[in-house]
Amino acid sequence: MLNLGPHAIFIWAAYALTFVAIAILTVSILVDDRQQRETLAELERKGIKRRSARAKLASGKKK
Amino acid sequence: MATVTSLANPTRFLSIVDAVVPFLAGLTVLLLGIGLYLSFFVAPPDYQQGETVKIMFIHVPSAWLAMFGYMLIAVASLGTLIWRHPLADVAAKTAAPIGATFTFIALVTGSLWGKPMWGTYWVWDARLTSMLVLLLLYLGLIALWQAIEEPGRAGRAAAILALVGAINIPIIKFSVDWWNTLHQPASVFRMGGSTIDPALLTPLFVMMGAFTLLFVLLHLISMRAEILRRRVHALQQIEVQRAGSGR
Repeated sequence: MLNLGPHAIFIWAAYALTFVAIAILTVSILVDDRQQRETLAELERKGIKRRSARAKLASGKKK
Repeated sequence: MATVTSLANPTRFLSIVDAVVPFLAGLTVLLLGIGLYLSFFVAPPDYQQGETVKIMFIHVPSAWLAMFGYMLIAVASLGTLIWRHPLADVAAKTAAPIGATFTFIALVTGSLWGKPMWGTYWVWDARLTSMLVLLLLYLGLIALWQAIEEPGRAGRAAAILALVGAINIPIIKFSVDWWNTLHQPASVFRMGGSTIDPALLTPLFVMMGAFTLLFVLLHLISMRAEILRRRVHALQQIEVQRAGSGR
C-alpha cells in the first residue's frame, strides 16, 4: 500500500471522485452512442431511409 | 480550409470518427496508465506540500480542460452564428457536458487540495468564484439546449449565451494576477517558464496529455451520437408521415 502521508484521505478522495465522475460521463456517452446506432439501424431495417440515401440507392439501380 | 469544408459533411465526419476512435481510445488508456504510474510511483513529494501535490496531477488537467471546453464551445458558436457550419452546433452542444464534468472535477479536487494546504475547503475569492461561474454557465447552456426542441433555434440561442459567457475565461486565467487570492499564481504556463520542478512537471504534462486525449475521444463519440440522434429524429418524422398517408 502506498504511504501518502497524513493527508492521504484527501488524495484518495480526489482521485476516487475524479474516477467516478469520468466513469459516469464515459458510460453515459457510450450508452447514448449505442442507443442511437441501434434505433437508426432499426428504422433502416423497416425501410425508412433519408432522402440522400434513397437517391443514392436509386442512382445505383439505374446503373 | 478544404479539410474543414470536407468535414462539414456529417457522413464523411462519421466515417473519420469511426476510423479514429479505436486508435485514440488505445492511446488515451496507454497515456493515462503512464501518467498514473509517474504520479504515484515516480513523482517525489513536494518540499512544502508533501504528497498532496499528487492532487495537482488531476486538478490542473481538469482546470485546463474546463477552460478548453468552453473556448471550444465559443469558437463553435461563431461557426454556428457566422458560417452556419452544420457540425458547429453539434460540436458546441456535445462539448458542454464534458466541459461541465471537468469543471466539477477541478472545483472538487481543488477543494480537497485546499483543505490540508489552506485550512479551508472553499473561499469566495476571484479564482474559485470564476470557476464556479464557469460551471453555472455550462449548466445554463445544457439547460438551454434541453429547453428548446428545435435544434437550429436551440443552437443559435446557446451560441449567443456561450459567446457572452466567454468573457469569464480571461477572468479565470488572470484572476490570480488581478486580485488577491488564496490560489497560487500561474506556475505552469507563464512568462519566464514554469516554476515547477521537472520531476513534478513531467507527470503533470503526461496527465494533461492523457486528459486532453480523453476529452477529444469523448467529444468525438458524443458528436457521433448527436449526429445519429438527429438522423433518427428525421427518420421518425418520415415514419409518422408515412403512417399518416397510409403508405
